[in-house]
Amino acid sequence: MDILYKILIDPFLQMGQAPDLFVQTLWEGLVAGVLYSLIALGFVLIFKASGVFNFAQGIMMVFAALTLVGLHAKGVPAFLALALTVVVMLVLAIGIERLVLRPLVNQPDIILFMATFGLTYFLIGLGEVIFGGEPKTMITDALYLPRGSYEWKAFGGFVAFQKIDIAAVIIASVMVAGLAVFFQKTRIGRALRAVADSHKAALSVGISLEQIWVIVWFTAGIVALATGIMWGARSDVSFALQILALKALPVLILGGFTSIPGAIVGGVIIGVGEKVGEFYWGPLLGSGIESWLAYVIALVFLLFRPQGLFGERIIERI
Amino acid sequence: MFYREAGQYKTSYAADQALFPILQDRIGIAAILLIAFVVVPLFASDFLLNSFLIPILVLSLAAIGLNLLTGYTGLLSLGTGGFMGVGAFACYKLTSIFPDANIVLLIVVSGVASAAVGSVFGLPSLRIKGFYLAVATLAAQFFLSWCFIRIPWLYNYNVSAAIEVPTRTAFGIPVTGPNATSVTRYLVALSIVVAMTWVASNIVRGRIGRTWMAVRDMDIAAELIGIRLYRTKLLAFAISSFYCGVAGAMLAFLWLGAAESESFNINQSFLILFMVIIGGLGSIMGSFFGAMLIWGLPIVLRAAPEFFGVTVRAATVEHLQFMVVGALIIFFLIVEPHGLARLWQIAKQKLRVWPFPY
Amino acid sequence: MRAPSEKDVAAGDVLLAVEDVSLSFGGIKAIRDVSFDIRKGEIRAIIGPNGAGKTSMLNVINGFYTPQQGRIRFKGKTRSKMRPYDAARGGIARTFQNVALFRGMTALDNIMAGRTLKMHRGLFWQMLRFGPALREEVEHRRAVEEIIDFLHIEHIRKTPVGRLPYGLQKRVELGRALAMEPDLLLLDEPMAGMNLEEKEDMSRFVLDVNQHFGTTIALIEHDMGVVMDLSDRVVVLEYGRKIADGTPDEVKKDQGVIDAYLGVAH
Repeated sequence: MDILYKILIDPFLQMGQAPDLFVQTLWEGLVAGVLYSLIALGFVLIFKASGVFNFAQGIMMVFAALTLVGLHAKGVPAFLALALTVVVMLVLAIGIERLVLRPLVNQPDIILFMATFGLTYFLIGLGEVIFGGEPKTMITDALYLPRGSYEWKAFGGFVAFQKIDIAAVIIASVMVAGLAVFFQKTRIGRALRAVADSHKAALSVGISLEQIWVIVWFTAGIVALATGIMWGARSDVSFALQILALKALPVLILGGFTSIPGAIVGGVIIGVGEKVGEFYWGPLLGSGIESWLAYVIALVFLLFRPQGLFGERIIERI
Repeated sequence: MFYREAGQYKTSYAADQALFPILQDRIGIAAILLIAFVVVPLFASDFLLNSFLIPILVLSLAAIGLNLLTGYTGLLSLGTGGFMGVGAFACYKLTSIFPDANIVLLIVVSGVASAAVGSVFGLPSLRIKGFYLAVATLAAQFFLSWCFIRIPWLYNYNVSAAIEVPTRTAFGIPVTGPNATSVTRYLVALSIVVAMTWVASNIVRGRIGRTWMAVRDMDIAAELIGIRLYRTKLLAFAISSFYCGVAGAMLAFLWLGAAESESFNINQSFLILFMVIIGGLGSIMGSFFGAMLIWGLPIVLRAAPEFFGVTVRAATVEHLQFMVVGALIIFFLIVEPHGLARLWQIAKQKLRVWPFPY
Repeated sequence: MRAPSEKDVAAGDVLLAVEDVSLSFGGIKAIRDVSFDIRKGEIRAIIGPNGAGKTSMLNVINGFYTPQQGRIRFKGKTRSKMRPYDAARGGIARTFQNVALFRGMTALDNIMAGRTLKMHRGLFWQMLRFGPALREEVEHRRAVEEIIDFLHIEHIRKTPVGRLPYGLQKRVELGRALAMEPDLLLLDEPMAGMNLEEKEDMSRFVLDVNQHFGTTIALIEHDMGVVMDLSDRVVVLEYGRKIADGTPDEVKKDQGVIDAYLGVAH
């Protein structure tokens, strides 16, 4: 009975007793969730447009952030460094298209997926050779990103909002809105969706696969850069961030692999679920459940709705 | 010319279905076994055994395990490290509970624990496929990694949260722990791997192997010829995890002599997956090739600069290693998506018709 | 292969009956209130224009789709839906419109896979591949070799089917279905995409299977010549409805069928 009390009742009592802590936990979860969504968004972009599940999204994020910091350390002014990093991401996109995707066109999905594994390893090695393996500090001030926090007195206590977190949420929202418009309204967006449905059919109506792939990988690279700056500002820029990319997987499962709003909603559910779970139920299990809770949430969810929240239902034909 | 089957007639279906239907292959495999069992123990140095041969044996077994699941049944798993860990910790508990039991037996039995855990995490595989299933196995990986730290019972409440392998014997000879010689550990590992490889090749050539491949190639058609998907997939999970579990127990007991949660983390899972991809999905022999390449490559890379008289920092070598492995994976996928095993087949075909082009 | 057993259903009796079956996907009605039966030992053709619901009908019969309404009576047992495993176990085999072979396996392994339900040795013997397991394997290999002989595909036995030309793939697929020794064989456009010679070969195989092994066959086919020559009775579907049912001659004269195929002037 005691254990049931601890699982079913006590956490909620705690939430009621200290609502300020609860709101703080929700906020932290929300921010983490938004950042997960950003990584997931990179996945969705590439998956939507080329059917490739890009495992390298995480390392692309680290690579972009490292390039930015590395250039700045060499004395390049911050915003010029930012522009140069964008160029580097474009070069990377072109390189990936030439050297990896083009030779593998029309191979099964799983082969392409594995190729992005190879890409991940390659970029880890390349990043370490160029920039060294040690963690670096994000150039927050040089980019005029805010520091410090607002305190909001409420619920008999206070809730702290880190300014950088607020900035992250705003930037993420703007990017998502922009991408949604891009996908729905522009000619390139329509072409992207066509490619996602069928490579061959898209080719036959005169869409250039090569161009489209460069565009999506480049866009995903920019999303990776934004994500890298945000994550880097909250902690350090290090290769450990790469593992965060895996957290995007449960987000995608919840949101569906092809839905942009899904990536956002999924990210927030995972982020909030993870933080609240860790804070209120974690101590019961000896804490650290954050490392797997997201995956288990996704797993349970999958059993009931295999196509995700916003994914299209698949009718199997034969 | 030399590798030719002309004149070798098979007079029964049993002979046609044999593991090595061609005489030259039988001679080759006999020679390899002779070298592995007799020549190597006589002449190999401790260094060669400890940092090359034993690791390759252990990793090959894990790769075979993953290959049964991913290569033969088409179920992508990123939880290999976790399942290996279950085997290692189970074996550790077994040695604590039965200190006098034959350690070889315990190593093999610990695979059963892993098979049980693997089956539980395989349960979602009926509802979900592909990448979605990969995420389910990722849940297994992270959850198990967490268990290996948070459940002190698993490592006998050791302060270091690691397992220290005790000295245990088989037939009176120390096989594990500080008193066991490298040669003993090598021979035990070799025997287990040879036996389990033989069993795996039997399974994949028979009814069960065919049902696995049928599910991999077209699950709908498989169901309509009367294959029960659920059972087939679960069996693949169980047997695959069994192999991984034994490999994990061997990793702790016959190779490193110690292990902790970190030894079985997500990177281990990826490493084994790479071996399977580079070696060849759906090839038992490929698993050995993959393990040799992925494990051997860094050793070669480390030795190469010295060989050419160049000094390179150890850290740089490690980074280069990542780049080379990554590039190799992409290279192999482009050149031959079926891996080293397929290249080997092509080479054999060429040998067969040599000196003619075809 | 075996002769039709007396205990199941006698020749000429109803082997399978579809009763008032309706199937829809979301708002699209693929099949509406269709009833027909298949008698033991006959060749039954299902024809109709594209999108008439023919393939969906086969999918309902062997349990891949679950109909919203209606029943299926097979070997005297009535059920609201078939499950794929039960269908296979009960003796329904199937080939597909777009060849559904196991592409990574050899032709031999594909056909051997068709014997799965007939093989019973468990994991233990499979692991050792010794004694009973090996005997079983050899015994079924012999049965499979008979099918390989019958279909004249000895030369491609050990070729992965993904590398075979289309016509041969269709033959291997038929082989896999035959390996199940079915009581009812469902053929979905067995001659689609074939040239005249291949069509003649395939027609011969279909007739041989029907006559020598007594297998009941239901087939979907677009080539009217083939349908009229092969089949004993024909059911015609249009937009998911049954519009005619009878012998080839009766169907050929039916005004509804002529309209469906040639269009009506309004």
